[in-house]
Amino acid sequence: MNLVKLSWKYLTFRPLSTSLNVLLLALGLAIITVLLLIQDQFEKKMNQDAAGIDLVVGAKGSPLQLILAGVYHIDFPTGNIPMEEAQKLSRNRLVKNIIPMALGDNYQGFRIVGTNHDYPALYEATLESGALWRKPFEVVLGAEVAEKSGYKVGDEFLGSHGISVGSHEHDANQFKVAGILKPTGNVLDRLILTSVESIWYTHDAEEPENSDSTENHTEHHNIDFSKDIAIKGFPKTTESRALTTLLIQYRNPMAAIQLPRQINSGTSMQAASPSFEMARLFELLGVGITLLQGLAVVIIGISGLGIFIALYNSLKERKYDLAILRAIGASRIQLLFLIFLEGVMLTFMGAILGILLGHTFLSVIISQNEQGVVGALQPWIFLRQELWIVVYALTVGVLASIIPAFAAYQTSIAKQLTKA
Amino acid sequence: MLFESQKIEYTHSGQAKLIFPDIGLDAGESLLVLGKSGSGKTTLLNLLAGLLKPEAGEIKLAGKNLAALNGQELDLFRGKEIGIVFQKPHLLAALNVKENLQMAHFFSRKKGQNIEELLGELGLAGKAKSSVLTLSEGEAQRVSIARALATSPKLILADEPTSSLDDENAEKVVKLLKTQAAKIGAALIIVTHDQRVKAHIPNFVEVKSV
Repeated sequence: MNLVKLSWKYLTFRPLSTSLNVLLLALGLAIITVLLLIQDQFEKKMNQDAAGIDLVVGAKGSPLQLILAGVYHIDFPTGNIPMEEAQKLSRNRLVKNIIPMALGDNYQGFRIVGTNHDYPALYEATLESGALWRKPFEVVLGAEVAEKSGYKVGDEFLGSHGISVGSHEHDANQFKVAGILKPTGNVLDRLILTSVESIWYTHDAEEPENSDSTENHTEHHNIDFSKDIAIKGFPKTTESRALTTLLIQYRNPMAAIQLPRQINSGTSMQAASPSFEMARLFELLGVGITLLQGLAVVIIGISGLGIFIALYNSLKERKYDLAILRAIGASRIQLLFLIFLEGVMLTFMGAILGILLGHTFLSVIISQNEQGVVGALQPWIFLRQELWIVVYALTVGVLASIIPAFAAYQTSIAKQLTKA
Repeated sequence: MLFESQKIEYTHSGQAKLIFPDIGLDAGESLLVLGKSGSGKTTLLNLLAGLLKPEAGEIKLAGKNLAALNGQELDLFRGKEIGIVFQKPHLLAALNVKENLQMAHFFSRKKGQNIEELLGELGLAGKAKSSVLTLSEGEAQRVSIARALATSPKLILADEPTSSLDDENAEKVVKLLKTQAAKIGAALIIVTHDQRVKAHIPNFVEVKSV
């Protein structure tokens, strides 16, 4: 027998009150854990995905939407931009590099991105097997896509139009897997990369006669599937073609000031900065996060109060017990310690349960939402801040036990035991 | 002398001063403290146990002066050398019988008697793992006696240990206290107004309010 065991016995002697308090505290801490995990991973991810991209250019519309679609591949693209105009930008002295992208197709919810080899190079992606695309309709799968679809190098599949599952299939041309990327931990894992030409040809083959307004096909397309596609820069074509977005790297800091203004006022396109738009998004989400944090703090406060009341009430029943402990040799300090120990053990259990609950919540959220942004989060990564959650919880425990512990300290044995 | 008290005085606030008769006991001796209700019997017991501090006088147990010990030393000394049996058993409800006795060992930091043996001698052999809530009143009182004896103290103090027991249990309890005190060589002081106890212990002092 020792003090820890004795505290434990007292806690388990009141299982209902103890578990209620533990659960309440755990709930509050679970909310904080989820917020912590999401915030940390989201910000890290968002910054990782946007690393090296100074500016995104696309059709006019919402700049936030442009960023979400162009960098993170979450939202719908804003529309198409003519390639001539895009190519003009590449001659701008403020631009160091420009990566063209054609978006708008998917395979079972995974987005197919038409681009050049600079794009995987931007994320320093390396191949697990096969090679990067060289011919039209060759694709490279992100690690997650390969895992979920089970495709290997050499397999073929049909893409679908649109960016969500269930839209009509492009049945004219089959994509062929040329390579599979190693897991990168960023947006590439959930993408299917191919050449811009592949995207164009897919749509050409389907709608040769009634072409849409942005793509003015005046002449017949001669698709030569053996022809090499452009590995760097813009695809070479004599026709008037369209792109969806451009990812731009600045040549110098001056560009950050001049280039967005030049594009926004001088062209039919718009330019948006990922860091600026994401800061704006976090500001918008901040209200919700603050609200949730407030709620969690209130729940933790209530659980602290619950622990205080439970300890204080049990103390009334236990005045005799405490007096007996003194009579058999316990010192005042030991009784003080006993009550503190109970509060601290209670909150420690709450903290551990809360953290596990938080991670479980997150993994449930993720499993419900595999294709979305949340789907890329890792629920079982433990952060150093979670240690702080334990510290907070223990602080709550100590605070809640101060008054009961002091009352225990002051119990007069003589008065308690000998009054009939 | 194993235990002696001399000229101890105590005043409850707003009441007349209590002056207690001197007590001297050797190992194995027993003594009754008699007196009417309100005469200060229980106060004397609290003073002897070191639960209250006397205003004057001296209490010595095994050569140690209780007044010379500070709070924590006194708590530990009480745990080691004084076993107290209260009017009600006051067992710790969260623990089972054996654990209740183990607490005495833990807090006194003294391995006194073997708990299983002790329980056997008190007729509680089968009850070691029982919850104290399932015990009868007589059994509970015996467990509280076992707790007082667990550390093999030098002095056993009992405060009306038989008042809530029937004749049979009362006799059992007094006999137990006597034989156990004799066995471990402790002085035994029983505070009571119970006539049934007097039959077993002839020695007594009387506390009178002045």
